[in-house]
Amino acid sequence: MIPRFWRKIKYRYSLRGTHCKNCNSYFYPPRDLCPNCRRKGIIEEVNLPTCGRVLSYTVVWGEKGSPYVIALIELENKVKILSQLACRPEEVYDGMEVECTFRKYGEDGDAGIIYYGTKFIPKRGDGYVSKE
Amino acid sequence: MRVAIIGVGCSKFGELWEKSFREIYLEAGLKAIEDAGIEGKEIEALYVGNMSSGMYLNQEHVAALIADYAGLAELGIPAVRVEAADASGGLALKEAYMAVASGIHKIVVAAGVEKVTDVGDAMKIASSSADQEWECFAGANLPALYALIARLHMKRFGGKEEDLALVAVKNHKNAVNNPIAQFRREISVEEVLNSPYIAEPLKVLDSAPISDGAAAIVLASEEVARKYTDTPVFIECAQASDYVALQNRKDLLTMNAVVKAAREAYRRAKVGAKDIDIAELHDSFTFAEILEYEDLGFAEKGKGYELIREGVTEIGGDLPVNTSGGLKACGHAIGATGIRQAVEIVQQLRNEAGKRQVDAEVGLSLNIGGTGATAIVTIYKR
Repeated sequence: MIPRFWRKIKYRYSLRGTHCKNCNSYFYPPRDLCPNCRRKGIIEEVNLPTCGRVLSYTVVWGEKGSPYVIALIELENKVKILSQLACRPEEVYDGMEVECTFRKYGEDGDAGIIYYGTKFIPKRGDGYVSKE
Repeated sequence: MRVAIIGVGCSKFGELWEKSFREIYLEAGLKAIEDAGIEGKEIEALYVGNMSSGMYLNQEHVAALIADYAGLAELGIPAVRVEAADASGGLALKEAYMAVASGIHKIVVAAGVEKVTDVGDAMKIASSSADQEWECFAGANLPALYALIARLHMKRFGGKEEDLALVAVKNHKNAVNNPIAQFRREISVEEVLNSPYIAEPLKVLDSAPISDGAAAIVLASEEVARKYTDTPVFIECAQASDYVALQNRKDLLTMNAVVKAAREAYRRAKVGAKDIDIAELHDSFTFAEILEYEDLGFAEKGKGYELIREGVTEIGGDLPVNTSGGLKACGHAIGATGIRQAVEIVQQLRNEAGKRQVDAEVGLSLNIGGTGATAIVTIYKR
């Protein structure tokens, strides 16, 4: 699993997706082939907006590290991202404005690799202080 | 060429600690060929739906293994394993249907089997139907993904957790009269509502179990079918796919693969949603059954809740759904489920469903892979 993780580090450590110049669609996770234009598409890598809002969310129970919040987030350019929210379950609500941050996701045992990636937090500037 | 099911068989579904992978599929297969009244040497090909014998048992190459232990090794027939997560059984049915419809084979067996209780983390393996790199990495599992859709849908269309509970209550009630079902006991709305959340708004009792089980059916061309039985059940089958990860879907409130597969199956069978008398749906979570009512055309978008509230889908209602108990109460033996659904519909259309019997001429089954990236719809007629 480690090579698979390393290959995607660029996309996990920052919000990097792809854009089809032919149909002006954005993709996250990045795609090499546009599902609208297929081989006629012209794909380029782009940075995605780092802010968005919560479309839907759930609090997961019974897994390692739970309860934690999983959310579908719509970024400012309408791209959807599934991510963990680094906030307490009672803090999340529909339409909540969020911004991306960089957090630990897990590790392979005590001596194994530590997985990091993008999580979202409630958007700063409205008095929010992350509890993590 | 028209294709008919002429024999069906099922093992018990549940935690079959005392039985092995080989024993459960053999049990289902023998019942099916006995029911069909054929001899083993007449089987021309075998299609097996199995999601993950590799992760569950460290055993791959199971199509040949099943043919081998089913006593077919000397005959050397082609044996094919197909995989589409928990739609693997439905996919085996579809491939077998195509093999007969094409005229290449006259008698084939489609089977589904899963043995999940030999290992610990069945949920993690079942969740491998979702996108490992972009959904599961973030901590999402299957219930979490369905929960994300459920919350949006319930908020938009006024669904309540009580509505979801009604699906579980109905399916448990139906399972009481199904001898192969895992949970042959009734539950109440209160019990469902008081069970702990696994992914809000979904609770433990909104979720199907992950079960051991096997099911098999014998398919034949019309001409051959008529020689063996007076009650062939004719089928038409269609499959569609969609984006695997939810984040890529344009409309989260519709399972596009279900809509597309249903449209094609209705076209092939020359029926519409209104002609369906009985259905076996993929209630891996209670909410999914409600969404499927809509995407199959049984209800308008957003009106699925009304069918369960008004009792339309109960036994005795206009359109009984999951008379077997469904995945929720009959059990969800992942790769076996799609075939197990076919067994129920065939028994119902032949008037062999005992205390679960309903009056039906046209049936439908829907088998889904993961959160809807594969959908297989089969329509059955007497």
